Amino acid sequence: MTTGQHISHKFDEEVEEVTTSVLNMGGLVVQQIDRAIKALLTGDKMLAQGVIDDDVKVNALDVEIDEMCNRIIVVRQPTATDLRLIMAIIKTTSDLERMGDEAKRIARQAVDISKRGALPEQFESIEQMSARVNTMLNRALDAFARRDIEEGLNVIHIDRKVDKDYENLVRQQITHMMEDPRKIPVAIDLLWASRALERIGDRSCNICEYVIYLVKGKDVRHTELKELKEHL
Amino acid sequence: MKNMMEVKGLTFTYSGANEASLVDVTLPVEKNKVTALIGPSGCGKSTLLRGMNRIHDLYPGHTYEGVINLLNTDGKSYTNILDIKKEAELIRLRQRVGMIFQKPTPFPMTIFENIAYGLRLSGIKNKADLKDIVEQSLRDAALWNEAKDRLDHDARGLSGGQQQRLCIARAIALKPEVILFDEPTSALDPISTLAIEEMISVLREKYSICIVTHNMQQAARISDFTGFMYLGEMIEYDQTDTIFMKPSKKQTEDYISGRFG
Repeated sequence: MTTGQHISHKFDEEVEEVTTSVLNMGGLVVQQIDRAIKALLTGDKMLAQGVIDDDVKVNALDVEIDEMCNRIIVVRQPTATDLRLIMAIIKTTSDLERMGDEAKRIARQAVDISKRGALPEQFESIEQMSARVNTMLNRALDAFARRDIEEGLNVIHIDRKVDKDYENLVRQQITHMMEDPRKIPVAIDLLWASRALERIGDRSCNICEYVIYLVKGKDVRHTELKELKEHL
Repeated sequence: MKNMMEVKGLTFTYSGANEASLVDVTLPVEKNKVTALIGPSGCGKSTLLRGMNRIHDLYPGHTYEGVINLLNTDGKSYTNILDIKKEAELIRLRQRVGMIFQKPTPFPMTIFENIAYGLRLSGIKNKADLKDIVEQSLRDAALWNEAKDRLDHDARGLSGGQQQRLCIARAIALKPEVILFDEPTSALDPISTLAIEEMISVLREKYSICIVTHNMQQAARISDFTGFMYLGEMIEYDQTDTIFMKPSKKQTEDYISGRFG
């Protein structure tokens, strides 16, 4: 993969600008998820409302980055690495925007749960799961910034643990619901929230797949982890 | 036999030059496919193209080493066109491997005569036959509708794009097997360019095509295979999609993504 400078410095600037915007959007989404989880765990309604309100900022960046990519495609007609970078950026921002929606969903559950009142034991596991998902997204963005395939593969590995976390959490909530039917409304809210977290993990993996596509030119979507390693 | 032509290990030196302009170049031209040659100015793409119908030999003293095979009409064996010595055979070769140049080169005669001239030289004298072939050639070159009512007009009155299509009609009237295009659209406006590109994509069904172009998007749009040349060497040859999406050589990538230099 070539990372040398273009003859047109303006093109280099445009590529840098759009890449920076993606990372800024990533940073914003990380924040949104962090705040949503905090609101969920602490019952902070104001914080949750803040997350819901700020989703428009994520959406605006999604649109803005798409426009930048459109412009680069029209003006520069990118090829090879440049083309793959633009494709990877378009796909990544779309996933980031969806992660922003998931953060909003978690925030909505946080508002509901704060109204209902939950018992601390019901939050078991979700804290651990959210920490792992947070790590995944941060490292996926890092892999994107540094075009680091190894880091991308590490993130895809972590997703397996997150899937396990999700399974455990579902089992726990079912246990809670069977033990005490009064816990059912909160348990359902938590199931929704954990489902959102699990999806954020999946989307972090998607970003890592785009990084592999960007660097290697291989489309590894819908490929099992074992096969994926053989590919690389 | 999927290759219509095969250039193998071709080294070419212009008369009086100290260094070869092409060095050990290999290029297949697949049958009924479009093969594009790209590369910076002076890389040897036009030199290679002009070797493929020995048009260099209009001037003496150039030297060829290697092989340029052309599929025989039996479809089973090849002839090395570098072995051709007789002038008459070279003329026959240039009928089989036609060439279109950068600037349209209409003869100073009517549209009809521009096409009929070569046909008469090749022995077709019957008026009805001439008329049929002229019409079919103009149709194949997507010029019939614009030219049918003015066949007796001077060809120089056509627009640049139309003149270029007339030159293409003139080449295909002689029923070539391969058509070589040397930057056929670099002197044309975008719409005429698209018309020529569209025509090439139709011509592919009947002919094998090799095109030299400076317009990389054009190569990406119309060709099935692309060869990237640099300093007289064939750096990379592959399917066009691969060349433009994931070339394997850094030099190719740098060139197509505008990082050269």
